[in-house]
Amino acid sequence: MGKMHVKMTVNGKQVEGLAEPRTLLIHFLREDLNLTGPHIGCDTSHCGACTVDMNGMSVKSCTVFVAQANGAEVTTIEGIANADGTLHAIQAAFAEHHGLQCGFCTPGMITRAHRLLQANPSPTEEEIRYGISGNLCRCTGYQNIVKAIQAAATTLNTAAKEAAE
Amino acid sequence: MIPGQFEYHRPTSVADAVGLLAKLGEEARVVAGGHSLIPMMKMRMAQPDHLVDLQDVSELKYIREDGGDLVIGAMTTQSEVIASDLLAQKCPVLAEAALQIADPQIRNLGTLGGNVANGDPGNDMPAVMQALDARYDLAGPNGTRQVSAREFYEGAYFTALADGEILTAVRFATPAAGHGWCYAKQKRKIGDYATAAAAVILTLSGGKCTAASVTLTNVASTPLHAEAASNALVGTALDAAAIDKAAAEAMAVADPASDGRGPAEFRTRVAGVMVRRATEAARERAAG
Ligand SMILES: Cc1cc2nc3c(=O)[nH]c(=O)nc-3n(C[C@H](O)[C@H](O)[C@H](O)COP(=O)(O)OP(=O)(O)OC[C@H]3O[C@@H](n4cnc5c(N)ncnc54)[C@H](O)[C@@H]3O)c2cc1C
Ligand code: FES
Ligand code: FES
Repeated sequence: MGKMHVKMTVNGKQVEGLAEPRTLLIHFLREDLNLTGPHIGCDTSHCGACTVDMNGMSVKSCTVFVAQANGAEVTTIEGIANADGTLHAIQAAFAEHHGLQCGFCTPGMITRAHRLLQANPSPTEEEIRYGISGNLCRCTGYQNIVKAIQAAATTLNTAAKEAAE
Repeated sequence: MIPGQFEYHRPTSVADAVGLLAKLGEEARVVAGGHSLIPMMKMRMAQPDHLVDLQDVSELKYIREDGGDLVIGAMTTQSEVIASDLLAQKCPVLAEAALQIADPQIRNLGTLGGNVANGDPGNDMPAVMQALDARYDLAGPNGTRQVSAREFYEGAYFTALADGEILTAVRFATPAAGHGWCYAKQKRKIGDYATAAAAVILTLSGGKCTAASVTLTNVASTPLHAEAASNALVGTALDAAAIDKAAAEAMAVADPASDGRGPAEFRTRVAGVMVRRATEAARERAAG
């Protein structure tokens, strides 16, 4: 039961490494790739702090073996900012609207919001609340997180419209 | 929490997966979405020596109509059930139930096959499958067979699935157009298993209920097909008296444990309330 060779695309870059199949994706990201943005909150698939994007879907990386993610395309919070290094509209909106306090849930929350807005660019408040229902926040009471996601949706939709014109 | 070590296999066909299970023997386990198995492995309640991952077995990922049946491949995720136009049109109770399972991230990986094969009485899909009178397709070293969902569950984590068998699909007769349906689940929060839940499928004709099935989740060591409750509805106009009777019959077969979700008496009571709500909603949704 040795290590296996794993290869995946993380934040647009091909990465590879040797890991035991039982290694959890969150540990591979944090410890082998030094991507410490995604956090371990509960380690029991409840809190969503470890949320990353895998093959175009939000998943909890504490509940995925690295072996299962072999060959996958993964995006973490480190891959969300704009190419020029400026904050993505969702990140900027979280800062602007106080969508975070301690910040522990924030990487998972933003990575989840990013996927949510791709699937549904103009969500209602209810759709946002259900959409982030797998992400717990112990600080904000969610109100400002919802506001931030709504504001980001407006910004992104306006930018898309301008680009189309 | 670090699970035990295992060797990892990723076959690309049912035949290869079944072959691997036969070769590797008892210490091999299938992994689908992993969202019941990995938490168990992290707590070392499961320590398989081999994991046979079905994610690349693409022949297990489909939702289709086959004659008068709806057939859903085992590796179809809960999110895919929710997104299916065919199911929305022909059997909307599945999406209603899937939406009450866990949260979006978990539904993206958790599969229908894993949910029904797992055998945890907290799983929601088994009772829905019993309400639809579904059959499970099983493939093993000696070929394939079918088992009724109403006979599949033997106890908590004990099912009719034999060593070396894989559940390949669930199938059920496409419910009659205009049927009434509901899955009502009481839970403490999103991501919680049911305090109690009920599935109801029924048909109405001329204002009278001509067929009904009532099933329950998480109020016994298996899902329950509440036959007496179902019979209490058939032939009635689904009036208050009939619904009272069905709720009482369901409570009579419920046998939940006392746990963090409440004492057994409370959970039994909730089972009755869920049957009442599900029947009322199904009545409103039914045509005829
Ligand atoms: C926080 C949390 C909350 C949850 N809440 C709910 C809930 O409210 N309701 C609910 O129903 N579920 C809930 N779940 C469980 C979730 O729905 C699981 O995804 C599901 O129970 C199992 O599906 P899976 O594809 O993940 O299976 P896995 O975890 O991969 O497998 C589960 C078991 O089934 C076996 N198995 C899987 N597929 C097959 C197959 N095709 N043939 C034979 N055996 C197979 C495996 O060997 C294993 O023993 C929750 C999970 C978590 C982590
Ligand atoms: S650490 Fe993965 S869900 Fe909490
Ligand atoms: S900001 Fe502290 S947990 Fe969300």
